[in-house]
Amino acid sequence: MEALTAHLSELGHGLVTTVELTVVTTVGAMLLGIVVATLRIAPVPLLRAIGTAYVEVFQNLPLLALLVLFVFALPTIGITFPLFTSAAIVIAVYEGAYLAEAIRAGINTVGVGQAEAARAIGLTFGQSLRHVILPQGLRAVIQPIGNICIALLMNTSLAAAVGVVELTQAANTVNLVEAQPIAVFTGAGLAYMLLALIIGQVTGLLERRLAIVR
Amino acid sequence: MAPETTGANRPMVSVRGLNKWFGPLHVLKDIDLTVAAGEVVVVVGPSGSGKSTLCRCLNRLETAGQGSVEIDGEPLPAEGRALARLRADVGMVFQSFNLFGHKTVLDNITLGPTRVRRIARPEARQQAMALLERVGIADKADHHPAQLSGGQQQRAAIARALAMQPKVLLFDEPTSALDPEMVNEVLDVMVSLAAEGMTMIVVTHEMGFARRAADRVVFMDDGRIVESGAPDDFFAAPRTERARDFLSKILQH
Repeated sequence: MEALTAHLSELGHGLVTTVELTVVTTVGAMLLGIVVATLRIAPVPLLRAIGTAYVEVFQNLPLLALLVLFVFALPTIGITFPLFTSAAIVIAVYEGAYLAEAIRAGINTVGVGQAEAARAIGLTFGQSLRHVILPQGLRAVIQPIGNICIALLMNTSLAAAVGVVELTQAANTVNLVEAQPIAVFTGAGLAYMLLALIIGQVTGLLERRLAIVR
Repeated sequence: MAPETTGANRPMVSVRGLNKWFGPLHVLKDIDLTVAAGEVVVVVGPSGSGKSTLCRCLNRLETAGQGSVEIDGEPLPAEGRALARLRADVGMVFQSFNLFGHKTVLDNITLGPTRVRRIARPEARQQAMALLERVGIADKADHHPAQLSGGQQQRAAIARALAMQPKVLLFDEPTSALDPEMVNEVLDVMVSLAAEGMTMIVVTHEMGFARRAADRVVFMDDGRIVESGAPDDFFAAPRTERARDFLSKILQH
């Protein structure tokens, strides 16, 4: 226990970084997910192909490999970002592929008649999507989106591998000093659990608030 | 209302040489149809005769294989903004209502006017309320579609179509999904629209509506327009064997 209390400020900073990384990445991944899901249902074959390629590439590569590639390969061609930014970009791109598939599943639950009615009153493809299809499609998959966000939170710990001092890395550092892995990582684990529970609660609340009367 | 300078018989919808295939299935064969401004045309025929497909070709929810469709003298554009603009002028009422499930009845009606016509929200709401008043469900404005009966939903859908101030209204079997006791409340709205001079193309099995409100009945069978005439003539003395056969099947009860 003392191992934790003696290092509250380091661990606290790590926790804050984890929360920041999770929030920034979730927002980015949601935007990417919506764009990619839209591409996958676009009327233009080329756009659909781009959407499919995106999902296949980023779902089928390990996140750790992507992180390492991005952080260590890009500088060799002269592109460097701060570590936090790099990690945020890579995780958002990666989770965006999963979110895109969840969102596409949601879009598929919206009856074809809704899109026809939207087009029949003169809405463009983009307007139909924004005002009719996505609001209903997203509501249908709030729960799976919440699950992906929790997985995203857990995946932020991989940022430790490329030098971002988030909660896992902070715990690691503290453990190197204190050599008390059980206490330190139990503490960190409980913090992750608490964050995941919060995401779950928010998900449940959104689901109840936004339910479509049927 | 002052007479149109272009004449009362200005064609509002004009279909020429329309052919449509679903894969190998030839569902519309050489359709020619002209509907004048203010005319009410009822399309009848057996299931699978192509009535609904014809209706859906008129605002390009289905694309025709061959032939042309003109709305108020303008050929239907290909996909894109121009098509969206033209669709705004062509109202459509669906068999399954297709009200937007996540929006209130009022928001269903104001969506088109605010987003497509760029009418200010307060004005759009006012017009929507007037339309709901007219179709008799003003008290349901703040309800969601699922809280309404089928008949009320269809009347809301008609109000949604009317809110765009369309040049022509298409009805694709508007009463087929309704419980029998709700059919008349929808038909009454349609009859009053017809009486006010709305150009209407109505695919329906309601022969009573055809008699009451149609200027012309078009009978389709096997993808073709087989017969077309005034309702009294059509029902009293159909000229073709197929129309006689069809009428004998639906009118014997």
